[in-house]
Amino acid sequence: MASPMNSDSGWFLALALGVSFIKCLLINAYHSTDFEVHRNWLAVTHSMPVSKWYYEATSEWTLDYPPFFAWFEYGLSHVAAYFDKEMLVVRNLNYASPATVLFQRLSVIVTDVVFIYAIKEFNSWSCAIYRCCKCLREDKGKELLWKPSFILATLLLWNFGLIIVDHIHFQYNGFLFGVLLLSVARHFQSKTDGSVHWKSFSPFRFVVLGSIVLTTFALSFGPFIALGQIPQVLSRLFPFKRGLCHAYWAPNVWALYNIVDKVLSMLGVKLGMLDINKLPKATMTGGLVQEFQHTVLPSVSPLVTLICTLLSILPALFHMWYRPSGGRGFLRCIVICALGSFMFGWHVHEKAILMAILPLSWLAVEHREDARTFLILSTTGHFSLFPLLFTAQELPIKILLMLLFTIFSFTSLKKLFRGRLVSSVEATYLLGLIPLAVICELVYPLTPWHHTLPFIPLLLTSIYCALGVTYSFIRLYISLLTVPSTTSKGKCQ
Amino acid sequence: MDNWSLVSMCVLLGLTTRWAVSFNSYSGASKPPMFGDYEAQRHWQEVAYNLPVHEWYLNTTDNNLSYWGLDYPPLTAYHSLLCAYVAKLINPAWVELHTSRGYESSSHKLFMRTTVLIADILLYIPAVFLYCFYLSNGSSKKKVATALCILLYPGLILIDYGHFQYNNVSLGLALWGVVGLGSGWDLLGSLAFTLALNYKQMELYHSLPFFCYLLGKCIKQGLVGRGLFLLLKISLSVLATFALCWLPFLSEPQQVLQVLHRLFPVARGLFEDKVANTWCSLNVLIKIKTLLSRDAQLLLSVTGFKSILLPALPVCLLMNELPLMATWFLLVSTFSMLPLLLKDGLLLPYAVTSLAFLFLCVYLLSALHRSSQELHLGSCYNLTRGSLFLPFVQFGISMAAMAVLSTASAALEPPARLPDLFPVLVSIFSCMHFLASLLYFNFVQLTEPPSRRGQKKTN
Repeated sequence: MASPMNSDSGWFLALALGVSFIKCLLINAYHSTDFEVHRNWLAVTHSMPVSKWYYEATSEWTLDYPPFFAWFEYGLSHVAAYFDKEMLVVRNLNYASPATVLFQRLSVIVTDVVFIYAIKEFNSWSCAIYRCCKCLREDKGKELLWKPSFILATLLLWNFGLIIVDHIHFQYNGFLFGVLLLSVARHFQSKTDGSVHWKSFSPFRFVVLGSIVLTTFALSFGPFIALGQIPQVLSRLFPFKRGLCHAYWAPNVWALYNIVDKVLSMLGVKLGMLDINKLPKATMTGGLVQEFQHTVLPSVSPLVTLICTLLSILPALFHMWYRPSGGRGFLRCIVICALGSFMFGWHVHEKAILMAILPLSWLAVEHREDARTFLILSTTGHFSLFPLLFTAQELPIKILLMLLFTIFSFTSLKKLFRGRLVSSVEATYLLGLIPLAVICELVYPLTPWHHTLPFIPLLLTSIYCALGVTYSFIRLYISLLTVPSTTSKGKCQ
Repeated sequence: MDNWSLVSMCVLLGLTTRWAVSFNSYSGASKPPMFGDYEAQRHWQEVAYNLPVHEWYLNTTDNNLSYWGLDYPPLTAYHSLLCAYVAKLINPAWVELHTSRGYESSSHKLFMRTTVLIADILLYIPAVFLYCFYLSNGSSKKKVATALCILLYPGLILIDYGHFQYNNVSLGLALWGVVGLGSGWDLLGSLAFTLALNYKQMELYHSLPFFCYLLGKCIKQGLVGRGLFLLLKISLSVLATFALCWLPFLSEPQQVLQVLHRLFPVARGLFEDKVANTWCSLNVLIKIKTLLSRDAQLLLSVTGFKSILLPALPVCLLMNELPLMATWFLLVSTFSMLPLLLKDGLLLPYAVTSLAFLFLCVYLLSALHRSSQELHLGSCYNLTRGSLFLPFVQFGISMAAMAVLSTASAALEPPARLPDLFPVLVSIFSCMHFLASLLYFNFVQLTEPPSRRGQKKTN
């Protein structure tokens, strides 16, 4: 009797249902203020006319996503009315009745269907690529657990970061990422090689593409253009008054920059080169404040971060423009752009690392070097999300799920590429996350410094992970610039 | 994929499910003055820590037995003492004599839930994997799949991590007993089972099969010679274990009697909590209460909702060989506890874990696709051949009925004239299934060829 695990059809459904059951069990877990944010948006879009959406300020959590998301919330609010009408009253701040919690959680779980569908489409597109050429990563003839399509589906469906950010912290990243993945899959489903040669450039296609983009923007922002509210909308979407770093210090370049500045200033005081009285008080004793004033190194403004981000992604964009390499190259470019924005962006939230990790999963099952980068980036990136769930009750959940994902990703990719993937140094660095976790979660809270210097675990996590993330960024660029471009013969890349 | 990675991922999935269920409410939450089983366990920690051993089972001014008096054997008390020591380190207010009554806080809940998790990690989960890997047949992937299904049995998870109990300790020890006997380590097996018995007296339900198996083995080896030697070894070790567990109470015969009196209370009624057993169902037809005296009723059946976990364990072990019937029984067993789970506010985890279990077993063990030979219908095969798919249809109907009843119990108000309508319906439904299972498993046991290796216990 053939074990069902070898059948072709059921395993995807099993994976999707399995992770959905876990998500349902997490309905009663901790949720962050983002829960109230979305409840507020449900209330605002339901109870207020469109003209007031971006002006409403009863709650501190004003609408700061673009209009399509507002319309999405508006659509949800009509279903919400069947669960608990009280949640749609704007004045009911922090309203969280059991029916409200159930509705909001279910809305994330149900909209994840888009994500699940997108993965299925993505997988079938990938399989189409495999069938058209004798690639190394062939799916057929392999046992289920070793199939690249199975591994990829699991890495995406069971992504640790997505589960804890969407289904505990509370967000809709799965749904949004599903839309992105669908657009990528659809784009390449029309052509088998997915490349756009400069030769085939035509003004007509450019105009068509341009008008599609413009129409989408028009649909989204149209009502607000008509109402003359664009400045207000933009100010809500891009609140540059917030500091360089998010309160949790996403593990990017600016976190490293901050710590170098702090160390230098402390050294400077010790060596007598800086006068302690002249330094701003906050830098010496304050925790991870958002408005971080740099003392030794020059201060960083939003414009500087924008320029740095652009500089970091331009090489990748040019590379794709001049030497296109099909679907894989496009995805690699997406990953680099996402990671570049993460590394150099203004007020980056550590959740943004998922935008790089998720597309990298596809490259990881394709190419050995990308698998190595994926293992480093995903492990450090996921670990950097730990501070988001700071409650004691959720500690076992985040550790168990992190271990589950990490063990799966390491063993499956190792099996796929037959042999050790990460070097000894990299392995040591990753293993260092274990003592770091022990210190931050278990040891530090028991010390007296826990009350006087509560930001130290955040700082340590951020700095340690920033090293891994930066290293992955460099590795990605190296692999981009050294991977051979499409040959005239081969159709698959 | 290597075995160890598959095993670790299954363990992690099992633990995640358990801990996620623990987020929900527990029995008697915020319900003074008596609260529930959660408070009972906390109270036992208080009693065990603050009072001398010989007072644990006695009614004294410091120990009011009518408020959750200890009614499990001494090993539970020792376990409570151990937990109390840890509790004292973290927050002494949790086990302060008298003043800690009804203590409820989120950190205390975390502590209590953690004690259950640790017991699972140390006792139950290793036993499950040892059983699956050494005592069941099939490829290693099949064994891991079976272990995962056993780990995700909803009944045990919901009671231990929802309602709040330590069934994983007694069942885990009993399972160690099975593993011991099955591997030929009779001494270890009987030791483990004796400990299980000294943890919860309900394990007596399992004791007869253990006894018969061991006795049979001794007789087979010849009552003169090796068999006798084995019998003596086992008897001595069992007696020694009992003596060790009961040591503090052996100084006075009065003490032993008092403990026994607490373990087998004749004062409780037959119909406590409308339990899903034969008597409850029969009572609908014949008013048994009026026919028999109280003690007589009690002698016929002493049981509570959670006792269904006792037959559930052996059925879990049969999942490999009889996947459809095992899954069916286990789902009904969880369903039978629905009134209790609803009372504890555990509807959501009940629904999710039951659905997940159903889906997982059907998918991983392809429960529905086995041939009828696997159903052991044997000679009955010819009779049912025409309706070959009948068991599967019955299974589907049964699942649908449970879904309807569950939804109705949760969503609808019972009519004023029949306030206990839903619990009684659940009870009758479950009882019918249990009786049918009893017949089926007996049939399987009796028609099984004797040369089959690794005979499993069935209830």
